[in-house]
Amino acid sequence: MTGSLHLWLIPLVPFAGFLVNGLIGRKLPKAFATAIALIATLIPFLHVARIWFQFPSLTVPYVENLGTWIWTGSFHADFALQLDQLTMIMLLVVTGVGFLIHIYSVGYMAHEEGYWRFFAYLNLFMFFMLTLVLSENFLLMFVGWEGVGLASYLLIGFYFLRDSAAKAGIKAFVVNRIGDFGFLIALFLLIAHFGTLSYSGVFSQIAQHPEWQGGVLTAIALFLLLGATGKSAQIPLYVWLPDAMEGPTPVSALIHAATMVTAGVYMVSRTHIIFDRSPFALSMVAIIGAATCFFAATMGLVQTDIKRVLAYSTVSQLGYMFLACGVAAYSSAIFHLVTHAFFKALLFLAAGSVIHALGGQQDMRVMGGLRKKIPITFWTMTAAVFAICGFPPFAGFFSKDDILYQAFISGSLGKVLWFVGWVTAGLTSVYMFRLWYLTFLGESRAESHELAEHGAAVHARPDSKQVIEGEHPHSVHESPWVMLGPLVVLAILATIGGFIGVPAAMGGHDEIGHFLDPVLGSGAHAPGGESPGLELGLSASAVLIGLLGLLVVHILYKVKPELPGKLATQFRALYALLLNKYWVDQIYGALIVTPLLLISRHLLKGLIDRGVIDGAGFAAGATAQGFGAIVQRLQSGNIRSYAGWLALGAAVLLIVSYFGFTAHF
Amino acid sequence: MVPTSYYLILSAILFTIGVAAFLIKRNIITVFMSIELMLNAVNLSFVAFAHQWHQVSGQIFVFFVMVVAAAEAAVGLAIIIAIFRTRNTLNVDEIDLMKL
Amino acid sequence: MHLVLFFIFGGLCVAGALNLLLQRHPINSALSLIVVMSSLAVLYLLLGAEFLAAAQVIVYSGAIMVLFTFVIMLLNAGREERTHGSKAAYLVGFPGAAALLALLVYVFLSYREQLGGVVLGEYLVTTSDLSRVLFHELLLPFEVTSVLILVAILGAVALARKEQ
Repeated sequence: MTGSLHLWLIPLVPFAGFLVNGLIGRKLPKAFATAIALIATLIPFLHVARIWFQFPSLTVPYVENLGTWIWTGSFHADFALQLDQLTMIMLLVVTGVGFLIHIYSVGYMAHEEGYWRFFAYLNLFMFFMLTLVLSENFLLMFVGWEGVGLASYLLIGFYFLRDSAAKAGIKAFVVNRIGDFGFLIALFLLIAHFGTLSYSGVFSQIAQHPEWQGGVLTAIALFLLLGATGKSAQIPLYVWLPDAMEGPTPVSALIHAATMVTAGVYMVSRTHIIFDRSPFALSMVAIIGAATCFFAATMGLVQTDIKRVLAYSTVSQLGYMFLACGVAAYSSAIFHLVTHAFFKALLFLAAGSVIHALGGQQDMRVMGGLRKKIPITFWTMTAAVFAICGFPPFAGFFSKDDILYQAFISGSLGKVLWFVGWVTAGLTSVYMFRLWYLTFLGESRAESHELAEHGAAVHARPDSKQVIEGEHPHSVHESPWVMLGPLVVLAILATIGGFIGVPAAMGGHDEIGHFLDPVLGSGAHAPGGESPGLELGLSASAVLIGLLGLLVVHILYKVKPELPGKLATQFRALYALLLNKYWVDQIYGALIVTPLLLISRHLLKGLIDRGVIDGAGFAAGATAQGFGAIVQRLQSGNIRSYAGWLALGAAVLLIVSYFGFTAHF
Repeated sequence: MVPTSYYLILSAILFTIGVAAFLIKRNIITVFMSIELMLNAVNLSFVAFAHQWHQVSGQIFVFFVMVVAAAEAAVGLAIIIAIFRTRNTLNVDEIDLMKL
Repeated sequence: MHLVLFFIFGGLCVAGALNLLLQRHPINSALSLIVVMSSLAVLYLLLGAEFLAAAQVIVYSGAIMVLFTFVIMLLNAGREERTHGSKAAYLVGFPGAAALLALLVYVFLSYREQLGGVVLGEYLVTTSDLSRVLFHELLLPFEVTSVLILVAILGAVALARKEQ
C-alpha cells in the first residue's frame, strides 16, 4: 500500500486561504489576495490530479483517519476522510471546475470593493464542499453539508447593501435548513438503528442482512431525500435557487450549477444501498425528479432575466439526475452531474461575460445582435447550448440519453418517467435556444434601449454595488482573457466530455459507468446491453424533439417575431401562471411563512417570551417584594410588639423543649 | 410547712404579671418598672431553690442579680432622660423610629 | 403559721403587682412596686435569706425605687394617654404570656413531690456564710461588680447630662 495520500490537504488548503483572505485580505494589495485565493484552489487540484494518476494502484476505499471526534458510550465518530471511485470523480469536478471559476472571478470581480471578501467566502465554500465529498461518515458529511449552505448564504448576500440580495440569502438558508432538518432526522434514525454513522459501518450492516427491506430504511431514505431536495433544489424546496441569482455570476456558476446543488445527488448516490432496499423511496425520488424536471422547464420558458432562465434550467437538469437515481441508475446520474457541471458552469460564466459586456444588463429583452460583437463568448455559449440540448456529439447527449434509456427500461412507471423526461428535453431546447436567439442573434435592441435608459442601466448595475460615474455610452466589448480562458476550457470539456460514457450500443465502452461500478453497483438492472436498438431509437427521438424545439424557436423569434406577443395575450391565464412561477412563492408565503410569523410574533414572543418567561422573572421579583413588605411590618420600632413576639417565642421554645419535638403537633 | 412549689408558682405569677405590664403599659418608665418586677420574680425562685437544695449559690446569684439590676436601672433611667430631652414624649408607641 | 405568713405576703406581692398593672399614673405604679419589693423581702426572710432580705429593702426599695420616683418627678410624667397600641402585643403577646404561665405552673405542680417543702428555720444562711463564699471563691466576680457599678455611674452621668 502506498504511503499516506494526505487527503487532509485537499480541504484544508482552501480553508487556510479563507483564513488569510478573511482576516487580513482587506489590507492586502489585490494581487496578493488573488494569488492566495488561486493558490489555495490550485494546490488541491494538482493534488487531486496526482492522486488520479496514482488511482489504479490504490486499494479502495482508502480511509484516512485524522483523529477521534466523538466517543461516548457506544457511539463513535471520527474525523475520517475516504477515497473511492465516486469521491474521485467528485473531487475532480469540484477542484477542476472550482479552479476555473476562481480564475474567471479574478476578472469578473475586478472592480468590486469586497474583492478579498468574495475570495475568502469562495475558498470557504471549497473547504466545505471538499469536506462533504471526502468524508468517511455521515456526520462529517453533514458538517460539509451545512457549511456549503452557510457559504451559499454568504455569497448570495454578497451585495448585502441590496435588500433583495439579503433576502435571497436568508431565503436560501432557511429553505436549506428545512432540508437539513430532514437530514438530521435521518442521522438520528441511523444512530438509533445502526449505532454508527460511518459509511462502512452502516453499509456493511445492511449488506449482511439482505432481508431488511422497507420499514426503517424507507423512513431513513425519505428523510435523506428531504435533505437532498433542500440542497439540490427539487420540489418542494427549490424556491431558493431562482432568488439565489442575486449573487455574483461566478457564485451562480460554481455553487448553484456545478457543485453545491449536486451535493444532493452525490448523497443519494453515496447512500444508494439504503435507497435500493426501499422501492417506495426510490419511486418517490424518481417522481420528484421527473416532476421538478418538467415543472422548472415550463417556468424557464417565459423568464426575461438571462440568469433566471439558467437557474430554472439547473433545477430542471437536477431533476434529471434525481430521475436517474430514482430508477437506480446511479452512475448515469453521476455522469450527468459531471457533464452538467461542464456545460452549466459554462452557460453561467458566458452569461456573466455577456452581462459584463453590456455593462450590467441582464434583461434579455434588451439584448440581441451580440454575435459579431463578442464572438468568443458566442461560440463557447453555443457549445454549451448544444450540449444541454443533447445534440451529438456534445457531452449532454450521452448523459441525458443514458438517463432516458435507463428510465424507459424500468417498468411501467419508468415509461411514464421517460415520457416526461422526453417532453422536458424538448422544452429545454426551446428555452435554451430562445435564450440564445434573444441574446446573440437578431438586431440589437440594446442601443435603442440604451439611449433611453442608459443612465439607469449603467449607474444602477444590478450586478454590482459600485456606481460608475460619468461613463459615456458603454461600448460592447469582449471580456478580458482571464475570463475567456475558462470559457474556452469549459467549452472544450462540454464538447468532448461525453466521450467518457459512450454506451456499448454506440460502440463505446462506458468508461465512467464501469469505473463507478464497484461503488454504485449495477443497480436494479444491468447498464446498457439489453437492447441496443431500443437505446439508439430513444436517443434519436430525443435528438428529434430537440431539433423540433430549435425549429419552434426559429419560427417564434426569427420568422414571425410578433407571434410570442400574440400567444401571450391569447393564452393570458397560462402565460400569467408561468410568468408568476405558478404562484408557488406566494402560496408558501401564505401557507407557511405568514402563519409562522404570526405564531412567532404573537404566541412565542407575546405570550411565552413576554408573558411566561419575563413574567416568571417579574413574578419572582414581585414575590420577593411582597414578602419583604410583609416582613417589613415586623420591624415597627414599637417595643411592645417586639415584647409580644418575644413572649410568644419564649413560650413556644419552652413548651417545645419541655415536651420534646415529637409530642408537639 | 409550705411546699416549695407554692413559692415557685408565686414567682411564675409575678413574672407573668410583669410580662403583661410590659405589654400593656404605655409610659416608658412603667415599662421599666415591670422589668424590675420580672427580675424580682426570678430572684424569688432562686432563693426558693437555694433553700430547697441547701445551696448558698442560689443566694449568691440573687446578690449579683441585684447588683446588676441596680446598675441597669441607673443607666436605663439616664437613657430615658436623654430620650425625653430629644423626643419630648414618654409614650412608648411614639418612640418607634430606629434612627434619630 | 408559716403558711399564713406566706399567703399574706404572697397575696400582698400579687396585689401590688396587679396594682402596678392597673394604675394609670406612673407614680402610683412605682409605689405599688415598693410594696411588692418589701413583701418579697419578708418572703426572703421566710426562706432563710436574711442578708438578701436586708439588701432587698435597702437596695431595691430604698435606692432603685427612689431613683424611679425621682425620675418620674423630674420628667413630670403624667397620666397615660390612650394611644393606639400595637396589635401584635395583644394578639401575640398575651397568649404567649399565658402559655408561659400555664407551662410553668404545670411543671411546678407535676414536680411537687420532688420539690418537697420549706420548713421555717431549717436552712438559714447567715451574712458571714454568704460573705465567706463571696470573698473566698467569688472574689473576682465581686470585684468586677464594683467596676460594673463604677461604669454604670459614669454612663448614667454622661447620658443624663444636660447638653452644653
